[in-house]
Amino acid sequence: MTALAPLVALVGNPNAGKSALFNALTGARQKVGNYPGVTVERHVGRLALDDGRPCELVDLPGAYSLEPSSPDERVTRDVVTGAGGFERVPDALVVVVDAANLDNHLRFAMQLIALGRPVVVALNMVDLAERDGLVLDAGVLAAELGVPVIPTVAVRKRGLDDLRVALTGLVGRGGSAPGDGAPAEDIRTLQRRARLLARRAVVSETPTRRWTQGIDRVALHPLAGPVLLLAILFVMFQAVFTWAAQPADMIDAAFGGLNGWIEASAGESFWRSLVTDGLISGVGAVVVFLPQILILFLFILVLEASGYMVRAAFLMDRLMAGVGLSGRAFIPLLSSFACAVPGIMATRTIDDEKDRLTTILIAPLMTCSARWPVYTLIIGAMIPNTPLAPFVRLQGLVMFGLLIVGVAGAYAAAWLLRRTVTRGASSGFMMEMPKYQWPQMRDVAIGLWTRALIFLKRAGTIIAGTTVVLWLLLSFPKPPEGSGISPIDHSIAGRIGRGIEVVVKPIGFNRDIALALLPAMAAREVAVSAIGTVYAIDDSESAAGQQGLAERLQARWSLPTALAFLMWFVWAPQCISTIAVTRRETNGWKWPAFMVGYLFAAAYVFAGITYWLAVALGL
Amino acid sequence: MVPSSLAAFPRLQPGTVARIEWDRLSSPEARRLRELGFDEGADVEVLHRSALGAGPVACRIGRMTVALRRVVAGAIHVAPPQFAE
Repeated sequence: MTALAPLVALVGNPNAGKSALFNALTGARQKVGNYPGVTVERHVGRLALDDGRPCELVDLPGAYSLEPSSPDERVTRDVVTGAGGFERVPDALVVVVDAANLDNHLRFAMQLIALGRPVVVALNMVDLAERDGLVLDAGVLAAELGVPVIPTVAVRKRGLDDLRVALTGLVGRGGSAPGDGAPAEDIRTLQRRARLLARRAVVSETPTRRWTQGIDRVALHPLAGPVLLLAILFVMFQAVFTWAAQPADMIDAAFGGLNGWIEASAGESFWRSLVTDGLISGVGAVVVFLPQILILFLFILVLEASGYMVRAAFLMDRLMAGVGLSGRAFIPLLSSFACAVPGIMATRTIDDEKDRLTTILIAPLMTCSARWPVYTLIIGAMIPNTPLAPFVRLQGLVMFGLLIVGVAGAYAAAWLLRRTVTRGASSGFMMEMPKYQWPQMRDVAIGLWTRALIFLKRAGTIIAGTTVVLWLLLSFPKPPEGSGISPIDHSIAGRIGRGIEVVVKPIGFNRDIALALLPAMAAREVAVSAIGTVYAIDDSESAAGQQGLAERLQARWSLPTALAFLMWFVWAPQCISTIAVTRRETNGWKWPAFMVGYLFAAAYVFAGITYWLAVALGL
Repeated sequence: MVPSSLAAFPRLQPGTVARIEWDRLSSPEARRLRELGFDEGADVEVLHRSALGAGPVACRIGRMTVALRRVVAGAIHVAPPQFAE
């Protein structure tokens, strides 16, 4: 057995700048995984010690104390106390404290030092503390705590070498004493000692009007605050649609070019058709949305890193409380506009179990980016773009309407759920509001890169796979030559589609929609490529084969059908990834099953109402 | 002057936590409040109250800014510094 590299754990309060320090120490050499059995992300990276030895660095979830109140904090406690199962016992701890918030962070640091493991304290963000007029003496602090204290500025890479030197001295001398358990002192005594200690370490303190408070005077203003939030959201959604247009066109052209090249260089065959009509068209239809998703995530990451997101949660708390949720739910719900999967994962910050569950159950109602291709195609083809007022056209209005139906539906669903299946005491909202910070390019870039990879992996696997399978199911078996039977009706998929059609006929859906619904379970946007594939195969022997998808839709769909289809997609949980992540986050099949059930029921009812209302109105 | 709660204490006035009615809070709430540094004798200042009357309160405690719901803020009694002790 090879000797394992020493393990060092980064631990500290939330908002101590732990992740920035982790990024600065390990750079790109890091892996994100999950702790076994719990839905807590495990960030681990490599770092070379000063004497050249490699060392493994793990970034533990932020915690306020050794008494856990969330799964995240439980992992942190179990790792640092060596209790268990999640990680081997660390050889040393780097305790990260915010220099400007010693009163509070020292308490947890003192608890950690009392565990008896080798510890070095990173006195982080000393630059921000100095900007606030607070000068600290690290030497005094080290003497009082009895462990090395290194001033650091993670984002400017200051103090990292000193930290490495201190770690080299601590790691591998053996003598990593087993944890002797948490100290007997209660939290209040510790807090008072921490406050005293923090006061002793202060060299000078000039009260300055901190710029965080300056910004908050606008951002949290009873009137200006909500206006600012709305303006930010407006700019964000505007940017998603306008900035993404050009890169999306370029991606579209690239896939088209690839198809053209293959068609020109290979003779017509089954394989060529599989690659061009099936694989490239299917994947291309989805990858086109990468720019939109990245722009949305860019905004979310910047809002989060700057500290504004918590202010948004503060402003939204009142509204959320109305349906029994907390302001914290706003952050995962906003992320769900890009994709419900990271949104549902972001609910981990919600302490209250019922509160978190409700947020997970309504997250799929936010208009995620997978719906845009569906909405764009159907609205573009079926709704006339009549100008209604300056800057307002019918197509845009319908799109906006669908988005609002989703939000209003989620709000109503939360209200209903909190009174039935997730009933419980109304949860609280207690949250530290971090200082504003200029977001670090590097941290934002790492975040965006991770999202892009996840999305492309999905496009390359799930979406490519289902598109190809659908293409095969639609193509075989072939009808006998000259029989006049449409190849789709004769195919396996066609037969399955007729079975589904019986169920969805009452809400105005035709065979083509029935055929598209099944593969769209993999991901909503597959509906677009599925309908495209259906018509491509259907029309391959007729003159209509040259028509675009929009013209084909206009020729075959009635307006009530199209509207019902749009309404269906507002509600239907057509996304395997969302169901899978819900299962993982709720530890079982009960809640994903419930979610799928209630959303499909709602989809069926509301699509039906839309269809019959539209028919009655003579649309 | 009678100590009033954080839910009603004037904005941007220095204050000291005079008393916290711990029994009005659920135990996770109480623990989180302690962890955020709320304790008898701590310096606090109300920074913002959201509109519509019943929204959360943002206050400074030590060098931290913390958001609390009105219900919790109502259990924290605050006095101007000279009245404490």
